[in-house]
Parts: sequence; C-alpha cells; structure tokens
Amino acid sequence: MKYIDEFRDGELAKGLGLAIRQAADPARSYHFMEFCGGHTHAISRYGVSDLLPDNVRMIHGPGCPVCVLPVGRVDMAIRLALECGVILCTYGDTLRVPASDSLSLMKAKARGGDIRMVYSSADAVKLAQANPEKQVVFFAIGFETTTPPTAVAIKQAQALGLSNFSVLCCHVLTPSAISNILESPEVRQWGTVPLDGFIGPAHVSTIIGSRPYEFFAEEYRKPVVIAGFEPLDVMQAILMLVKQVNEGRAVVENEFARAVTRDGNLKAQNLVAEVFELRRQFEWRGLNVVPYSGLRIRKEFAGFDAEKRFPVAYVSVADNKACECGAILRGVKKPQDCKLFGTVCTPENPVGSCMVSSEGACAAHYTYGRYKDFQ
Amino acid sequence: MSGEVKRGYVRPLDIKHGRIDLSHGSGGRAMAQLIEELFAAAFDNEYLRQGNDGALLPVPSGGRLVMAADAHVVSPLFFPGGDIGCLSVHGTINDVAVMGAKPLWLSASFILEEGFPLADLKRIVDSMAAAAKEAGVPVVTGDTKVVEQGKGDGVFITTTGVGIVPEGVNLSGDQARPGDSILVSGTLGDHGMAIMAERESLGFSAPIQSDTAALHGMIADLLASGVAVRVLRDPTRGGLATTLNEIARQSKVGMMLQEKALPVNPEVAAACEFLGLDPLYVANEGKLVVIVAPEDEEKALAVLRAHPLGQRAATVGSVHEDAHHFVQMTTAFGGRRIVDWLTGEQLPRIC
Repeated sequence: MKYIDEFRDGELAKGLGLAIRQAADPARSYHFMEFCGGHTHAISRYGVSDLLPDNVRMIHGPGCPVCVLPVGRVDMAIRLALECGVILCTYGDTLRVPASDSLSLMKAKARGGDIRMVYSSADAVKLAQANPEKQVVFFAIGFETTTPPTAVAIKQAQALGLSNFSVLCCHVLTPSAISNILESPEVRQWGTVPLDGFIGPAHVSTIIGSRPYEFFAEEYRKPVVIAGFEPLDVMQAILMLVKQVNEGRAVVENEFARAVTRDGNLKAQNLVAEVFELRRQFEWRGLNVVPYSGLRIRKEFAGFDAEKRFPVAYVSVADNKACECGAILRGVKKPQDCKLFGTVCTPENPVGSCMVSSEGACAAHYTYGRYKDFQ
Repeated sequence: MSGEVKRGYVRPLDIKHGRIDLSHGSGGRAMAQLIEELFAAAFDNEYLRQGNDGALLPVPSGGRLVMAADAHVVSPLFFPGGDIGCLSVHGTINDVAVMGAKPLWLSASFILEEGFPLADLKRIVDSMAAAAKEAGVPVVTGDTKVVEQGKGDGVFITTTGVGIVPEGVNLSGDQARPGDSILVSGTLGDHGMAIMAERESLGFSAPIQSDTAALHGMIADLLASGVAVRVLRDPTRGGLATTLNEIARQSKVGMMLQEKALPVNPEVAAACEFLGLDPLYVANEGKLVVIVAPEDEEKALAVLRAHPLGQRAATVGSVHEDAHHFVQMTTAFGGRRIVDWLTGEQLPRIC
C-alpha cells in the first residue's frame, strides 16, 4: 500500500534501531511515556520494543479514550438505554467497558437496551432522522480528535431542527491529563516513576497543534516529541527524545510535521469552543478527579445535552479493588504487575478498562506481547 | 365425456412481484406450490423427487461418514462474488471436505421472513442450485418455515452435509507437530472485506470480491498426491488467526508466522487499514489452511498452485514446541508479537 508501507519498512526500522542504540548512553537509562493509546498499539503490534536497546524503556500513558472513562459515566449511558428507553449509540470499544452490576453496554444490549455501534457521530444524527418517534443519544467519548465531529453533529441536529437527538458528552482534554501525571507525587516528589520525556499525541495534535505542550517542556523540563502513529514515526521520535536528553534540552519537537502545525486546526478549535465549554472538574479512571479536564455542552445548545434532558445524574463508582488500571494509566505500574492480569481479567472478560480497547496497555500487552512474560 | 377429472387451473407463483406470506409456511397448498415451483424445480434430483419427509439414501460401502451443519445469516444477502445461497452450499461442503471426506449430499432448511420478495428468493435458490450442481453435491432434502415480519431478516439458511472419508485418511486438528509447515491456499480476508465494503458502502472503484468457493476438488487433489497432510481447515469466521489458535491448542504446539509471507490482496489490505481491521482476523469462504510435514511442503504448494483456487498458495509459517500454545508472528517491521484469539466480534453476520 503506497503511503502506508513506507512507514512500516523493516530495513529503515533496523537502521533507526541502530541509530538509537548508538545515541543512547549505556551508562544511563531512558524512560519515555507514549501518551496515546495509538502509540501503545503501534509499539505492541509491530514489535517496536524488540528493536530498542535495553536501557530505553517505554511507559504506557493514559491516552486511551475508553480506558479513562470512569464506571459512573458508563452507568449513565446504560441507564439511558435501559430506563429512559432511548436509542443509545456510541463507538465500538465503548460497548465493552465494564460498568456497575457486572454490566457493560454490550450486556445491557442483550438485556433489551437499544444500543448501537456507530462509526461516526454523523451516523448518530442519521439514526435520529430515521427514528423520529424515538430519542437518540450519542454517547460521545474521546480526546480532542473526536470532539470536533461531535460539535458538528450537534450543529447539524440544530440545523435540521431535530428534537430527538442529544449527546452524553464525556470528551476530555489531553493537556490536563499530562499536567496531572507531571504533578503526581510519583513523578514530582517520590521519583518512583522515572520520566525523561513524552511522545506527544499524533491525531490530537493535528487539532490542538504543538503549542499546548510547550508549557510542559519549559515548566517541567521534559522533552516532548510529537509523533505519528506509524511504527517508524515512533522510532524516529524515540531517537529525537534520546538526543534531547543527551544534550540536556527540553523542547517540543514535531516529528509528525506532515500533519501537525504549531497552531493546529483553528477551524476545528473554533467549532469546539462554540459548542462546548470547560467542566469545572471531570473524573477520570486512574487519574481521579482532574480539574478543568473535560468538556460540557454550552447552554446555547442545552436542548442537545442528554444530561439536561434525561434524569441521569453522575454518580462516582469505585473501581474493583484489585484492579490496577489506575496505577497503570499513571505509568506507576505495568500490566504484568496486576494480580488480575491474564487470570481473572482478559480481553474476553475485562475487569478493568485497560483490558478493553486494543489501545489499552493491558490489552496491548496481553494480545501482542505476553509471550515475553514466559521467557 | 371422458372419465378423467379435469385438473383445476393453478395460477403459478408470481415470482416477479410476489412476496412470502405466512401461508407459505403453513403446510397447506401455498407451501406445496412454493416447494414445487421454486425449490424442487431448482434442486431437482432423484432423491428429492421421492417426495417423502426424508430422503432415502444408499449406504456407502467402506469408509466413515462425516456430517456437518452450518447456519447462514449473512447480511447483506447479496454481495460481490456471491450471495447467501451459494455461500450456504460452499460453507457446508468445505466443512465436510476438510475432514478429508468426499461430500455426497446436502440438506437445506430455510427460515423466511414474511414479506420477503419471491424474486430475491428465486435468485438465492438458483444460486444454491448452481453451486450444488457445480460441486456435484445434490440437495436431497429440505424444509421451509416462515416467521412474521420483523422476526427474521429476509432469509436464514441452514445446510447440513454428509460425506465419506476413505479408510487411511485421518485428519484432525490435533495432528500438527513441531517442524511442520503452515500453508494457506490463497489471499486472506477477501470474503469478510467484500461483505464489510458492501455494508459500509465504501465504494471502492473495483469492488472486493468474496472468495466463496467449494474446496473439495482442491482437497481431493492434495490428498491424492500423497503428501503427508496433518491438518486441514477452512479459516472462516475469525480468519486465519483464530483457525491457527484452535489448531495450536488442539495439537498442543506453538506456531510462528512470517508477516511478509502472508498473501493479501492490496484492496483488502487498504480496506482493512481504513477500517482498523486486521486481515488475519477477517473471514475467508474459499481458502484452506494446510499443515504438512516439512519435507512435503514444496510438493503440497505445487499441488495447491496447480488448482484454479490455489494459485496464490504460500507457506506462511511453521510449527514449533511451546507449552503455552502461542501463535506468534515475526512482523514485517522486524519485531515479534502474538497473534491472539479474536476478542469480541469483529464483523457480525459475516456468513
């Protein structure tokens, strides 16, 4: 496939692997966090870590949209489907996220809830048009990449005069999550999570640009290299991070220049600002309550806000006590450190959210890399 | 005046505009007419002509019987390269054939939804009849039921196949041994992506064709050539990855695939990329996984490639000892990873 195979070339990968090996100082180790689940997935699927020297380690970050969705939010969606009788539609992976009472949206569907998987927010609007007698709620999740399409859907529904379409908005913000990790005691005080730099988000950065990360580089002295989701992108970014660390620099560099600019997509940013505003706080799985880290629908569009239209209030629900998703999402623990990993918790029966999506750290390790645990 | 009673005029089925209604499943005259004019006409053979509740079949001498059933609920019913009709014939023939058997007879039972156009039903039945004829495996008995509108989805077809395995042929999923070679008979993921592209109206300029086909001819060639075949499987739902995991578990072995060796059509690879799917997990309906002794690898490849359905046959990996029964792959990128069981449902209602 043209324009795809070029980014997965084994020979180039070998060369980059060698360059990283040569650049890395054998006297020290390097710990980089890939924020995005997309990177986690690429690293596991293509076996990128096999090409890295032992002293360059990757830490999986929290940038997997369904992983950070707390139980209480999924409960709301389930109540909408089972108690309010709406057609609830959402993106595929969300269906399997474990919720209260051993339920998930998939299981709620089997209990009679009208729950449907859609590929885009536009499909949800179409569903509302096709079912005028039913209320249709789009369970909107994800980081800055999926937010503009949700804004478009709301504006479209408004233009069409749809009175049976609304959105359960659970969109979250990347920079808030990065600050939360950098401010965590494990990183700041105790130093139990060694963190020498970040691989910055690919698709998210196409929207928000590279500027928002400049603060982290400067304030926390951590290098950030924005990278695409192809395996060669990831390796190139790792090489750039190693060099920054060696040279004592901490700046934002852009490996994904073919898609990301410093300012990002202004049109999308304006659209998001028109439809959404900051929540004072939002609960994340793993990171707990993070101030100003989520979005809600502005009152001008209140008619499309499912939280206003239906009697479903958010109730915080604690995760399973033995589940280490929280610590894994903060980079404090690895999937193999969790007692439930691969025993009680598997992709077929996930206990924690990191085992759900292929972008989740546990699912990625279980699906692609667990043979390493037996070597 | 003659003594004969004049046969009343019966208006033939209105295939062009007619639709299935509940009377077509009631057991009465309307059902008899549907069977006679549509099913019996298309499938006609000596066993069906017996006209009894069951087909009376000669007991084959020697060998062992194989019986396999397969239900088909594919959506959409018609797709590039085939339809639910020929698919339901091929699917069951292949299940019988991968046991090393010569398929002999099929049964077909239809669950029809009230309101289903007779024209579509005729297209499906004709396609089934053509597939059965081409394969030389007649449909010898069948059944028809009708459910109310909204209780089905057009038509569901369940077929059962009976075949006979000659003495000396012992194929089973538990026969793979360390050192064996893993072959596939052609490109991966064609059927699943044909369905998916049709369903999602992806609108490729050259539509992806399903690979639906009966494999018993190619299998017969392979077995006749004398190569030491250990396992045969058709990698349908869950794709090659799922089939190999099943075999690895049954045979208590590990496997190593070479990503570079996997045959995948470029348009299938592109569609998979676009939808975030992996061709290793996408269904095939006309492909064979063959595990053979390493010394017979070349010969087996030559036999497969000599058959029209096996032109792109390739060796994709090998079997080794592994207490964990992992199927792994050396990626084209140069790393290693597990090729795990399929989790959840990648593509519902694919066959």
